[in-house]
Amino acid sequence: MSDENGVPETDGPAPEERATAEPAGNGPGRGPWARITGAEGDWRSLVLVPVLAVFTALVIGAIIIAVSDIELLSLWGEDAGEAFRQTLARIGDAYGGLFTGAFGSVRGISETLTWATPLILAGLSVAIGFRAGLFNIGAEGQMLMGGMLALVVGFQLNLTIWLHLPLALLGGFIGGAIWGGIPGWLRARTGAHEVITTIMFNWIAIRFVDYALKTPFIQREGRPDRISKDVLESARLPKLLEWIDPQLRLNAGIFVALLAAWAVYWLLFRSTIGFEFRAVGANPDGAKYAGMNVTRSYIMVMAIAGGLGGLAGSTQILSVLGNATPGFSANLGFDAIALALLGRSHPFGVVLAGILFGALRAGGQQMQVASDVGIDLILVIQALIVVFIAAPELIKAIFRVKAVKGTEQITRGWAT
Amino acid sequence: MELELKGITKRFPGVLANDRVNLTIRSGEVLGLLGENGAGKTTLMNILYGLYTATDGDILIDGEVQDLKTPGDAIAAGIGMVHQHFMLVPVFTVAENVVLGVEPTKAAGILDMQEARRDVREISAKYGLEVDPDAVIEDLPVGIQQRVEIIKVLFREAEIIVFDEPTAVLTPQEVEEFFGIVRSLREAGKGIVFITHKLDEIREISDRINVLRRGRIVGEADPKEISEEQLAELMVGRPVELVVAKEASKPGDPMLEVEDLIVLDDRNHPNVDGVSFIVRAGEIVGIAGVQGNGQTELVEALTGLRPALSGIVRLAGEDVTDDTPREIHRKSVAHVPEDRQRSGLVLNFTVAENLVLDSYYDQPFSKGIVMDWDLTRGHARKLVEEYDVRTPSIEVEVRNLSGGNQQKVIVAREFSRDVKFTVASQPTRGLDVGSIEYIHEQIVKERDAGGAILIVSTELDEIMALSDRILVMFRGKIVAERRPDETNMTQLGLFMAGVTET
Repeated sequence: MSDENGVPETDGPAPEERATAEPAGNGPGRGPWARITGAEGDWRSLVLVPVLAVFTALVIGAIIIAVSDIELLSLWGEDAGEAFRQTLARIGDAYGGLFTGAFGSVRGISETLTWATPLILAGLSVAIGFRAGLFNIGAEGQMLMGGMLALVVGFQLNLTIWLHLPLALLGGFIGGAIWGGIPGWLRARTGAHEVITTIMFNWIAIRFVDYALKTPFIQREGRPDRISKDVLESARLPKLLEWIDPQLRLNAGIFVALLAAWAVYWLLFRSTIGFEFRAVGANPDGAKYAGMNVTRSYIMVMAIAGGLGGLAGSTQILSVLGNATPGFSANLGFDAIALALLGRSHPFGVVLAGILFGALRAGGQQMQVASDVGIDLILVIQALIVVFIAAPELIKAIFRVKAVKGTEQITRGWAT
Repeated sequence: MELELKGITKRFPGVLANDRVNLTIRSGEVLGLLGENGAGKTTLMNILYGLYTATDGDILIDGEVQDLKTPGDAIAAGIGMVHQHFMLVPVFTVAENVVLGVEPTKAAGILDMQEARRDVREISAKYGLEVDPDAVIEDLPVGIQQRVEIIKVLFREAEIIVFDEPTAVLTPQEVEEFFGIVRSLREAGKGIVFITHKLDEIREISDRINVLRRGRIVGEADPKEISEEQLAELMVGRPVELVVAKEASKPGDPMLEVEDLIVLDDRNHPNVDGVSFIVRAGEIVGIAGVQGNGQTELVEALTGLRPALSGIVRLAGEDVTDDTPREIHRKSVAHVPEDRQRSGLVLNFTVAENLVLDSYYDQPFSKGIVMDWDLTRGHARKLVEEYDVRTPSIEVEVRNLSGGNQQKVIVAREFSRDVKFTVASQPTRGLDVGSIEYIHEQIVKERDAGGAILIVSTELDEIMALSDRILVMFRGKIVAERRPDETNMTQLGLFMAGVTET
């Protein structure tokens, strides 16, 4: 490449062109959506923004702690110094409790990882959808349906654990896959938007579980309320820390979650199927041009996403819960959306985000005990994280992160 | 009025888009601004129009420094801009579009459409811009839509009018009419900036030419004294071959046979309406036509992206009418799509990923469902070298490459395969002279190796330069067939406009 021809300004990366010369601003697979879900971006939006979003959410959480105690607020008028000291102490107690509750003891770590298990699996479910350009809001319903099938396999069959547990998990995956696959099929064949259908499928699943828990096949004998039979011991995920303390709930489900994260990573980035998923997600027209079957991809992605959601429900049923009660998915399927966003739709990011959310859940109780700050603060912090992830420009403005060049859209369409 | 840009510098992170540019625009003259894509023309004009703020430098009007922060400031200062992609509301009338944003109102803020129509007629008459104020935009041909854009600018009392690549969407006849309008605007004392990369046009219409290269003004020329070759050299920075060098074709057996093909467009109109033609091995057939006359649907039908309503497409004798894109791909067909960003590339994917975008599914790039990334990367490095794709690395997202290099990625991917038939739509749209030269060479090379090639282009220059046979498409039909040596631009332009042979 001679100097004369190889002009770096014009031939290398040319942000000027991105911003002005081509109508790239409104091109396919682009725009805020892709940036929020992490389907594109440089390291700043991939790593820095999530980290800063969590940090900012915690700072605002601290302000909320400071202003949410009436007595403390009135103290400011009388003795500002003392009020300041007490406010700091209150924030310290709350976040200190949150941290020790999550990581400060074997029990804390065990709880954190126990909560992280279904969160990671459900987060993967949402994340793989994002990667393929689909918004799976149905993790909650998929957890319920997968969990129910795992439950049935878990109490109905009587096998050795080496067969029974894998079968129960497989049942959970299949249950979820069907529940995710139907919206995928509807999207592919009829164009019905998966956001609408998965929300509706959540409701169907919730009511179905209510109904199923009253049927003699599933309802526990001798009980008038909605509770299922117990999963047999041979289908339970083994506890890992029983040798330290039988109370510790950490179980082999965490391995299922980590294995699933690795499998999703492999599928997305090492296989032809993932190549298709990502192409379909980033540019359906380009995928079609390249000979990919876009409708088949939609169905497959939603089925796999549903399967992962089903696994999330199954690990709950087959470990900490042991039986099903109404709404046993505990809104984890909705937390999963926030978590996938925070993890930038990358399997490993989802694992980290899952552990963080698990820690918030686990530490929340300790926080409440240590400082009388309500556990609802956890929800506020999670919500704030989502807001900041969804508004990356806000975070970049607060912390003066250099603007990502490709996002300049002021001249979209006004091109040479 | 005299507009002066003084020492305008615009720095984007890592890139110097404009470097101390000095430019003067006077009333009653046409300034031609010539430059390759990415040379900084658009950035410069966006600064002038208040869309960007210059890192350094001043904009002066009649010697007074202006602070143009928004397009509103620029309009108030008497600067107007006609963008290449029109900013019109398709379902509104001409008059409604013209007054949009500055609507005349009666008392109590009621829209005064009478006034609007009167204004439009007045401007039409004054500058010879014939247009019906009550016509709905979407019913008008592109050339007339452009007039509406010009009227919009005049309605806002612009004294300096910037035209950004105004001829790209016009037929040769429309270009002539457009030049007539530009001349009458000049007579009326307006200052005109004409941005283009077309050498013949800039010489025809400009009073003065400034050439921009790498963000810098590299030369000012008198259009009467400079040749196209000299201009091209100034623009690119090295001597350029303007004519495609090729031997006479040696057509062999028919490779592509199309019979009575009818294809519906998205609105279920037969936009390809009974088309029949043949492309032989070792020849380049060019399809000329104004955008939207069925070329897009034809190519989509040939490549399996759009179903044919009726008719037959044969490839090397085999019926492929109902094949999927994948099946057609497997039958050694290469497709350079019309819109590289919409369908030819996945912009978020790396160069390496894009180079296997349509062949990832098979040996050697994958076994079963396992991608062989090492081999794929090696393949990418080889192609980047061979096709001279200027990229810092094969791991860079294609989004970050310039348009010319994005196109080279597609050409490398499609031409590096062992193909029998190549269909290329707008293979050089929006590219600079250097890249066009390169891509044309590759196409001719492909032909000389015995490939059958179908070129679809709205650029008559390109059709004339490359084709061994030219077909003209108008309203879904092939209305003429000519060899390039038995026709000329004027005649083709007439065919493109629907004038039938006598």
